[in-house]
Amino acid sequence: MELVLFYLSAAVAVTSTVLVVIQLNTVHALLYLIVSLLASGFIFYLLGAYFAAVLEVIIYAGAIMVLFLFVVMMLNLGQKTIDREKAWLTPGSWRGPALLAALLLAELIYTLAHTAGVNLGQAVSARSVGIALFGPYLLTVEAASILLMAGLVGAYHLARPLQDKEEP
Amino acid sequence: MTPVPMLHVLLLAAILFALGLVGVLVRRNLIVMLMSVEIMFNAAGLVFIAGGSRWGQPDGQVMFLLILTLAAAEIGVGLGLVLQIYRQFKTLDADALDGMRG
Repeated sequence: MELVLFYLSAAVAVTSTVLVVIQLNTVHALLYLIVSLLASGFIFYLLGAYFAAVLEVIIYAGAIMVLFLFVVMMLNLGQKTIDREKAWLTPGSWRGPALLAALLLAELIYTLAHTAGVNLGQAVSARSVGIALFGPYLLTVEAASILLMAGLVGAYHLARPLQDKEEP
Repeated sequence: MTPVPMLHVLLLAAILFALGLVGVLVRRNLIVMLMSVEIMFNAAGLVFIAGGSRWGQPDGQVMFLLILTLAAAEIGVGLGLVLQIYRQFKTLDADALDGMRG
């Protein structure tokens, strides 16, 4: 029964990701991406990674996607952009990259098909994750916090309105 | 817990990664390209979770947490750049940025 749930959410994830790539309206693509991330979160739950599933929903589908949504709404892209996107997406422009990516995917699947068939599903509790984070991974956590700090300062610096152009 | 075949999880991650790659290569809208990068990050995270679930170790989820941090920082800086590009060029076309000086 749970296996059916896994295949169902995998199908939802793949379908909504395809729609993200081919959707012309940016807001619709964003909403499909949220559906895809929620489906991945459910797969994490099925694999026994409860803590990661919660983080996926709260941080990925919640915070990061809302940031995207704010920027899309700030830019206020209208029908004009959709028409232009339609003009860009000609079969000639997407056929080559799609073919090459499909070739890479086929190679990857061929390689994966020779791995041993093992089953997943060992639950890992949030407690052991926390112990690992603040034990052997303590330095990594500090590095991640420095990265977030740098990202915050960089985003503030980049997104602020430019001053009137002055020659140095 | 559910005994999910590892091969199928890896296949799902591979398909999601390839779709994200196609999105980055095919689309010219900068925001959709950033979203495709997020899809690829998420596929990589799925493989880490599968590894953690395979051996019952917390390291997979720790690595997923780090990917999450990286994605958040990358998106903050990337969207700041997108805003600045839109202010300067009045378009989100990646091909509009082929000049060296504005």
